Amino acid sequence: MTASERQPLLEIMGINKSFGDLQILKACSLNVRSRETMVIIGPSGSGKSTLLRCINLLEPADDGNIFFEGNDIARELRRAPEIRRQIGMVFQNFELFQHLTAIENIMLAPMKVLGMSRSDAHDVAMDLLKKVRIPERADFFPDELSGGQQQRIAIARALAMKPKLMLYDEPTSALDPEMIREVLDVMAELSSEGMTSIVVTHEMGFAKRAADQIVFMENGEVIENASRDAFFGGTVNERATRFLDQILH
Amino acid sequence: MSLDLVFDYVFSPAFFHGALLTLVITVTSLFFGMITGLIVALLQESRIKPLQIGTLVYLWLFRGTPVLFQIIFIYNVLPTFGIMLSAFVSAIIALSLNEGAYMAEIIRSGLQAVKKGQRTAGLALGMSRFAVMRYIVIPQAARIVLPPTGNQMIGMLKTSALVSVVAVEELLLVANQTASSNFKYFEALTAAGIYYLVLTTIFMGLQYLLERALDRKRPREKRRSVPLMARLTALTEKTEAR
Repeated sequence: MTASERQPLLEIMGINKSFGDLQILKACSLNVRSRETMVIIGPSGSGKSTLLRCINLLEPADDGNIFFEGNDIARELRRAPEIRRQIGMVFQNFELFQHLTAIENIMLAPMKVLGMSRSDAHDVAMDLLKKVRIPERADFFPDELSGGQQQRIAIARALAMKPKLMLYDEPTSALDPEMIREVLDVMAELSSEGMTSIVVTHEMGFAKRAADQIVFMENGEVIENASRDAFFGGTVNERATRFLDQILH
Repeated sequence: MSLDLVFDYVFSPAFFHGALLTLVITVTSLFFGMITGLIVALLQESRIKPLQIGTLVYLWLFRGTPVLFQIIFIYNVLPTFGIMLSAFVSAIIALSLNEGAYMAEIIRSGLQAVKKGQRTAGLALGMSRFAVMRYIVIPQAARIVLPPTGNQMIGMLKTSALVSVVAVEELLLVANQTASSNFKYFEALTAAGIYYLVLTTIFMGLQYLLERALDRKRPREKRRSVPLMARLTALTEKTEAR
C-alpha cells in the first residue's frame, strides 16, 4: 500500500486563528496520512506552533475543520482531554515535570489518565527509556539531565500514552548543537517505524532523512506543500527557496 | 525576682491552660486561614470576573486594616446585626480571615511560580484541569509556598496574643492578670515567654521537617556515589559522540 492510497489520519481544512486583531493562521489546509512524517518549516511568527496547538486543541481554531480519524474535532473542546490522549506533543523547552524523576514523568499520565497500575506503568516507562536510550537515567530529576536527555524523556513521556500522532514543536531549538543529533536520531527512528508525526523544525537534515512531506509556511499561510523529493529537487516556490537559503547559511 | 516562682507559674494549671488555648487558637486559625487562602487563590486564578472582584475586596479589607481592629469589630459590631458570637469564636473568625488574606497571596505567588508550560504539558497528555492542578501544579507550588507559610505559622502564634483584647483567656492574658494581682511582672511574663519560645521552637522544627520531607532530592545524595561507573561510561560516550 503506498502512502497516497491511505486515508488521511489528520485532515486540516481551512482553519483560521486570530489573537485579537492579529491573524495567525489564514485558511490553512493540510493532510497527514497514517505512518507519514510531515516537516513544517518557515520563519518565526509564521504560525507553525499555533497550527500544532490547534491540532490538539490547546488553542481552539476560530473556524475550519480538523478531521482526526475522520471525525471533526475542531469544535470538540469538551472532549479535548480524550482527544489529546491520542496525540502526543513535544515542546521546545521539554517541559518535564520538575518535581518528578525521569521515569515518574513518563508514568504519570498512564497512571492518572489511563488508570494503569504503578507496576505496569513502570514497565511501559522502562521500555520507553530503553527506546530513547537512557534507561540509566530513570531516577534522575530533570534538572540533573542534559537538554538532549530531557527532550528524549519528553518524547518517551508522550509515547507512553500510545499516541496515534506525534506533534513536535521545534524540539531541538533549545538544545546545544552537540545534543541535537541524539534527539533527531530518536525522532527519525520513530518515523521510520511508522509513527505518524508532524515536526516543526529548522533542521533540514532531519527533513531530508525522515520527511515524507515538507510544508513551508509564511505569515500564517501554507505556501508550499511538497513531497520530500520534489522539495529538495528544487521544484519549489521561490519564497521557500529564499527561506532555505537563509537558514542554510 | 524569683526563679522558683517562674517555674511555679510555668507548671501551674492556669498558665498551662492559657498556653493550650493559645495553641488551639493558633492551629485552628491557621487551618481555616489556609483553607480560605487556598480557595481565594484558586478563585483568583479562575477567569470569572465577579469572583475575582470579590476576592480583591476581601484582600483589600483584611490586609488594609489592623488585626486588632478586625478582632474587636467582629466581636463588638456583629452583635448589632443580630450575630452573637462568643469571644473565642469571634477571635478564631477574625484571625482565620486575616490569615486567609495573607495565605491567598502566598499561595497565588506559588501557583504562578509554576511555569505555564508545565500545565500545557499536562493538558497535552490528556489530563483534566483538575488532574493538572493536583499532580503537577500543587506539588510544585507547595515547595515554593512552604518557607513563607512557616513564617505565617510562627507569626500567628504571636498574633494570637491580640485576642486577649476580647477577654479570651489565652497565655498573655493569663500572665498579665496574674502579674497585676501581685505586681510580679518579671516572673509571670517570663513564664509566658518560656511557653511562647517552646511553641515557636516546635513550629520551626515542624517547618524544617516538612521542608525536608518535600525535598525529594536529598535522600538521593547518598545514592549518588553508587552509579559512578555508569556516570563514567556516560562521560566517555559523550566524548566519543564528539
